[in-house]
Amino acid sequence: MNFLVGAFKPPCNVSINLADGRTRKQVPLKKENGQTVMVPLFQSQENIVGEVVIEPVQGKKVEHNGVKIELLGQIELYFERANFYDFTSLVRELDVPGELYERKAYPFEFSTVEMPYESYNGVNVRLRYILKVTISRNYVSNIVEYQDFVVHNYTPLPSINNSIKMEVGIEDCLHIEFEYSKSKYHLKDVIIGKIYFLMVRIKIKNMELEIRRRESTGSGPSTYVETETLSKFELMDGAPVRGESIPIRLFLSPYELTPTYRNINNKFSVKYYLNLVLVDEEDRRYFKQQEITVYRLLPTP
Amino acid sequence: MIADGVENEEKWLAAGIAGLQQNAFYMHRALDSNNLRDALKYSAQMLSELRTSKLSPHKYYELYMRAFDELRKLEMFFKEEARRGCSIIDLYELVQHAGNILPRLYLLCTVGSVYIKSKEAPAKDVLKDLVEMCRGIQHPVRGLFLRSYLSQVSRDKLPDIGSEYEGDADTVVDAVEFVLQNFTEMNKLWVRMQHQGPAREKEKREKERSELRDLVGKNLHVLSQIEGVDLDMYKDTVLPRVLEQVVNCKDEIAQFYLMDCIIQVFPDEYHLQTLEILLGACPQLQPSVDIKTVLSRLMERLSNYAASSAEVLPEFLQVEAFSKLNNAIGKVIEAQVDMPIFGAVTLYSSLLTFTLHVHPDRLDYADQVLGACVKKLSGKGKLNDSKATKQIVALLSAPLEKYNDIVTALKLSNYPRVMEYLDIETNKIMATVIIQSIMKNNTRISTADKVEALFELMTGLIKDLDGAEEEVDEDDFKEEQNSVARLIQMLYNDDQEEMFQIICTVKKHIMTGGPKRLPFTVPPLVFLSLKLVRRLQGSSQDQEENPFGDDSSTSPKKIFQLLNQTIEALSIVPAPELALRLYLQCAEAANDCDLEPVAYEFFTQAYILYEEEVSDSKAQVTALHLIIGTLQRMHVFGVENRDTLTHKATGYSAKLLKKPDQCRAVYGCAHLFWVDDQDNMKDGERVLICLKRALRIANAAQQMSNAARGNTGSVLLFVEILNKYLYFYEKGNPQITVAAIQSLIELITTEMQSDNSPPDPAADAFLASTLRYLQFQKQKGGAISEKYEAIKV
Repeated sequence: MNFLVGAFKPPCNVSINLADGRTRKQVPLKKENGQTVMVPLFQSQENIVGEVVIEPVQGKKVEHNGVKIELLGQIELYFERANFYDFTSLVRELDVPGELYERKAYPFEFSTVEMPYESYNGVNVRLRYILKVTISRNYVSNIVEYQDFVVHNYTPLPSINNSIKMEVGIEDCLHIEFEYSKSKYHLKDVIIGKIYFLMVRIKIKNMELEIRRRESTGSGPSTYVETETLSKFELMDGAPVRGESIPIRLFLSPYELTPTYRNINNKFSVKYYLNLVLVDEEDRRYFKQQEITVYRLLPTP
Repeated sequence: MIADGVENEEKWLAAGIAGLQQNAFYMHRALDSNNLRDALKYSAQMLSELRTSKLSPHKYYELYMRAFDELRKLEMFFKEEARRGCSIIDLYELVQHAGNILPRLYLLCTVGSVYIKSKEAPAKDVLKDLVEMCRGIQHPVRGLFLRSYLSQVSRDKLPDIGSEYEGDADTVVDAVEFVLQNFTEMNKLWVRMQHQGPAREKEKREKERSELRDLVGKNLHVLSQIEGVDLDMYKDTVLPRVLEQVVNCKDEIAQFYLMDCIIQVFPDEYHLQTLEILLGACPQLQPSVDIKTVLSRLMERLSNYAASSAEVLPEFLQVEAFSKLNNAIGKVIEAQVDMPIFGAVTLYSSLLTFTLHVHPDRLDYADQVLGACVKKLSGKGKLNDSKATKQIVALLSAPLEKYNDIVTALKLSNYPRVMEYLDIETNKIMATVIIQSIMKNNTRISTADKVEALFELMTGLIKDLDGAEEEVDEDDFKEEQNSVARLIQMLYNDDQEEMFQIICTVKKHIMTGGPKRLPFTVPPLVFLSLKLVRRLQGSSQDQEENPFGDDSSTSPKKIFQLLNQTIEALSIVPAPELALRLYLQCAEAANDCDLEPVAYEFFTQAYILYEEEVSDSKAQVTALHLIIGTLQRMHVFGVENRDTLTHKATGYSAKLLKKPDQCRAVYGCAHLFWVDDQDNMKDGERVLICLKRALRIANAAQQMSNAARGNTGSVLLFVEILNKYLYFYEKGNPQITVAAIQSLIELITTEMQSDNSPPDPAADAFLASTLRYLQFQKQKGGAISEKYEAIKV
């Protein structure tokens, strides 16, 4: 087996080493095969500096038509088979055509790279960043090596962050007023709020707050919308009476949220909603959905 | 169906316990291996069992207690974790990730308790957060238990004064605020239970609610235990807030229970100082609340407090406790239109007990209470509510017990007015109570006014009241009347004038008693009067009799007039024998007072009765002997009067039905002519006539007996007559000769030996002892001996 593998092994080992690889933060990334690997984390405008090391297998030479490294930002829509869109593509030529006999390191640098979009792994869409090294060869397939990395972009605290406050109801049946202290939340934020019951004429069994993620991909008639409920958080047990005010405190940290993405490269959007659901004794559900904006706050050092 | 329900409930409980134990097992395992994540997961699952709606509060409690025990272990674990360096703040957040609210809040309370202990945040902030978050449970039973858990775990962690959790200034306010808020919310949930679920299960719900009430009440207890709650704080914050909740919840069960709780858990001196506030809430309660019990307990507590130490009494005066209570009761009665009379009376009764304890010197207060009670009762007629009458009896007994002195009670002008509302039966009972009190304490009722008042009170015993009298038990009746008789005997005043007034008053009242009572009440009155007569007699010897016969002053004559009328009243009964005896008693008293006409009048009355009313022959015999006995002792009569009377008496004697009776009466009459210590009344001749007549009658009796039965009958009569002979002989009646005596003895012996006479051991013995007496006198020596020597046997 090893022998067989050995037979098809490329004639050289290619590795991409980042200059700050040891100190840079690593984040988990789920691969297609379901495995999670740790990959470096970047943000937009960062310099991506490192070296590519090509080490021919003992006693072999590698002929090539040139070595290059690319930085690619791709959007992959699953329902359109093999449909990649590169929204970012930067190339550095590392070597002119020639032959390699021994280990050779090529330093590379992408300075202040614009990476406007965050890495995202959704239901119907994936946005990813890769470093791709290509050793072009004649007659035989090119030797290609990938290095995934993740981009998170941080948003400063929003200057305006209004509360969400609304009175809703069904005539002569149920009137409530709810309030979420903010409309924009960072990923580790807490939703604070309260629900005030103005009129209750139905027998309520309980009340939940759902966090829903709505991913829409494509555009026009071929838009795919996927909605997931990330949390069912019970806020109230039992039937309140008029005048009761029920507190809300929901920590967002346990849920795998991403920031809100709006119309990423005209390909997809990810939005978050708070859905307040009241369930009556006959299991009828009364709900009101409100969009919230989720953003990524620079972690305080 | 219901049995099914119970069975199902058992099943559900068993399932709940099983689920709880299983998760508790995994939780323990996680705890043992210090696995926080699993510990939280399994504890949340364990607590999910408490989310059930299928159990009654009773069963739910069982489940809750098991969860409670498990949570203690979890709390220990959290403490350990905190000590190992796990951030308690993180832990506080971590437990809030639980999706279901009930487990989440139980865990939050548990961590919160550790949080406070760690002192990483001020206790007040944590407590405030906890109590706020608990609002999420709106289900009454689950909410009550959760909040009860919160109360339980926070009890020893309140930022009280002197507690290690004491914060900066006004820290107690936070502690109080926390407990008050928890209390308010719990009460709301508790009240809400009443309004949920179908109407037909109302009773069941009420039962369930009463099972839960202590959970709510516990908060008040916690409040009372907070050191920092001083009087000012109690007055300004605690009480108003609690009362606000009590009043606003508009729930009968809650209002009653909580008012009672307030009264029981807080100290007496607080109640005293906040009476106005507390009482102010009472009229605002629901009309159906059993407020009388609440107020009664309050007054009972205050009474006991007052009784506990004399030092606290000034406080009562200072806060005008009485007038406040009095006002409040007035208002409550006004507000609760539907309150039964029984309730109102209970209130007054409690108030009276209170005022008697606290203001024993303020009779006017007591009278005010009674007055208010009368006002409430007026226009209602007699009460026929047995509970209410019972309360009135209690109300009326209270002053008696307190003062041990009916005289004090008699000063209460409203006292008899309250009694008027009692039904006849109860009125009697009350009157008996009064009399017993007098007897027990040996109270002297010493003025006519008081007697008047007293009899006014006892009307029930003194006369038939309006309204048809049902059959009364004969024994009971006797008992009652005997006690009245005893009471009459107890009336006394040193001042004779006043005493006479008392007698007049008594007479006035007992005369209304009717034929059944008079035989019981007249004799004591007569003797009471005669006692006074004796006293007058005694004093008149000391001082000169008023020569002008001042009419206004009491004289024996006046009393006798009164007595005459009194005894006459017995004729309607009729009770001739009794009247006759009383007349004779009076005659004797008159005799002692040297009032001949009066004595004569009494005798006349006695004779008339004898002639007209006493028809039974046995009664006649008795009466006649009484007459003879009395007459014999009379010394006031002049010759003429005496002759008339003795003549009559002798005449009556001869007219008795049976010969032996005749005989005995006649020889009795002999004494009328021979009064030992009065020389002008020694008529030996007439004595002898009487004796001879007796002999004749005895003879006749023997002959009758012979004719009717064939034997001569007993010689007993002869022996008796012989004794009379001997008596008069010994007293020196010259008409009685030795010969007569000897012939009589012979006659007797002959008779006894005759075959015709039946053996009579009594007669034999009598004769034998008579003869022995003869012998004895003979041997005595001296003049008597000489006298007897002459008699030869």
